[in-house]
Amino acid sequence: MISPHMREIGLRFTDISDGTVVGELPYRLDLVGDPISGVLHGGVVTTLLDSTAGAAVLSRLGTPMPIATLDLRIDYLRPSTPRKTLRAKVECFKLTHHVAFTRGVAYNDDESDPVASVTGTFMLRTQSIRLPKGESSEGEGG
Amino acid sequence: MSSKEERASTVSALAALVSGARAAGEPSRLLNAIPYARMLGLRAELADGALIVCMPRSEHLVGNPVLPALHGGTVGALLESAAILELLWQKDSESVPKTITLTVDFLRSARLQDSFARAVITKHGRRVANVQVRAYQDNPDKPIATANAHFLLRGSSSE
Repeated sequence: MISPHMREIGLRFTDISDGTVVGELPYRLDLVGDPISGVLHGGVVTTLLDSTAGAAVLSRLGTPMPIATLDLRIDYLRPSTPRKTLRAKVECFKLTHHVAFTRGVAYNDDESDPVASVTGTFMLRTQSIRLPKGESSEGEGG
Repeated sequence: MSSKEERASTVSALAALVSGARAAGEPSRLLNAIPYARMLGLRAELADGALIVCMPRSEHLVGNPVLPALHGGTVGALLESAAILELLWQKDSESVPKTITLTVDFLRSARLQDSFARAVITKHGRRVANVQVRAYQDNPDKPIATANAHFLLRGSSSE
C-alpha cells in the first residue's frame, strides 16, 4: 500500500482498522509551501489525505482490488502548525459495487482541531476496464 | 521586529520576488522559492502569454507502481501550485494566496510522463479569488484532472 511518492515524503499508516485509517507525515523542511511561515505545502496535505482515504477504502473492502480516486474536496480550516507532525484520519463510510465514499480530517495533535476536512470518492475495480487503441485505462486517477 | 514591521518586510520581499521574476520573464523563479515545488521538480514557462506549469516525469512521483500512474496527490499539488502561481503572476498580491477550498476531479490515469497545468482566474474579488485549473499530458484536449479552488487573498483566516 506504500507507493514511491509516499515513501519519498515519509508518509506512513499508523492505524488500519475496518474502514478507518490513520496516516502520519513527520514535518520536513523540503515539504514546506511557504518558506516564510514554514507551513507545509497544500499539495502535501492533498497527498496525505488522498493516500489515507485510499487506504481506508482498501481496508473496508478486505479483498485487494485496484481503486482510483474519482474526486477529492479539501476544505482548509486553519494553517498546519510548522515543525509538527501532520496526521490524517479517514473513514470509508459507504461502499457500492462501483464506488466508495470517504470522509475525514487532517490535524496536528488534536483531532478535534483539524487543519483540513476532506471528502473523497473512489472508483473500484478500475484496472480491469480497458480502452481500445492501447490507452491504459478509463476513469483512473491516482 | 513588531508583527507590523515583520508583515511589511514580508510583503516587500514577496513583491520584489514577483516583480523580479516578471521583469526577467521567468515565472520559474517563484516556484524555486517553494521547497515542495522544488521536490516535485515544478517549472513554469510562458507560451503565448499564458503561464504553463510543468511537472516533469519522475519515478518518485508514482502512486500506483503497477500501471504505473502518478500519485493523485502530486497531480493535486501541480494543480494547486499552478493556481497560486497564476494569482501571483497576474495580480499584485500582498501575500501568498491561501487555499480555502480545493476540489480535484481525476479524469484519466496520470501516466509516468511529463504533466502540465494551466490555470484561469474565474473571479478575482477583494478578499477571495476563484481559479479553475486543467492538467494534461500529451494532449491539452484530454485533461487528466481539473481543479476548482477558492483562495483567500489577504491576511490569514484567523485575522
